[in-house]
Amino acid sequence: MIPLSAYVAVSAVLFITGLLGVLIRRNFIIVLMAVEIMLNAANINLVAFSHYLESMAGQLVALFVIAIAAGEAAVGLAIIIVVFRGKISTNVDEMNLLKW
Amino acid sequence: MMVVFFAYFALMSMAAAVLTVALRNPVHCGLALLALLLHVSGLFVLLNAEFLWAVQVVVYAGAILVLYLFVLMLLNLKTEERYFHSTYLYFLVPTVLGSLYVLALLFKSPYTGAKGNAPTSAVLQEGDTYAIGMKMFSDYLLQFEIVGIFLLGAIIGAIVLAKTPKPIGGRANGDL
Repeated sequence: MIPLSAYVAVSAVLFITGLLGVLIRRNFIIVLMAVEIMLNAANINLVAFSHYLESMAGQLVALFVIAIAAGEAAVGLAIIIVVFRGKISTNVDEMNLLKW
Repeated sequence: MMVVFFAYFALMSMAAAVLTVALRNPVHCGLALLALLLHVSGLFVLLNAEFLWAVQVVVYAGAILVLYLFVLMLLNLKTEERYFHSTYLYFLVPTVLGSLYVLALLFKSPYTGAKGNAPTSAVLQEGDTYAIGMKMFSDYLLQFEIVGIFLLGAIIGAIVLAKTPKPIGGRANGDL
């Protein structure tokens, strides 16, 4: 039997990897992919606790997380297309229109 | 046998996550993300969450990832020479140290708590999909409706954002 802490450790490693990806990558699309890695890490955690604490609530929340990830991907990629149309770049360093 | 499968899925998903963040070509990053999603879905099977496994494969690997690849090919990105921030070492070292501390804390935690009313034997009797459906359409109906409205808003927002804008002033300018 696999202990719960093993799943939590996998999820923590994935989350840290995704966080690093958001921090250090310069391509906006890869940053969105790193956000997906973090959402998956949260999902592993939710499902593992749902299994070990014998409750269905975690799996339901994981389903909602997947739905929200789909919405986030659609809107984020639409924003990328708009930005790319105007500036021909997906570098996050060059998107500073809202910075003051 | 469980341990072997768990080790495989865990190691492969961690390796795929690192590749997603570290690879240079964006399309390769997308394919590494695909490997990550499929191995995470394997972890869901080990946790008796078959419905989530199916949703992960269909929605994540089938829909979201295809959306990413479509946008990557639409934009026709060139592989950049410098694809990390110039100061990425300042992020890397504190993050690795902090994550080691978090992992040490996680391994010391006891993880006990009040048990719910869905033990594995009860879930396996009717199947995971049945259990999720019963729970979702009784206790979580409001959240389900909210997610539906959220997705409608996301669809409308994505269409409005990505639509080709009308040229300002119409065709009178002649240069558009």
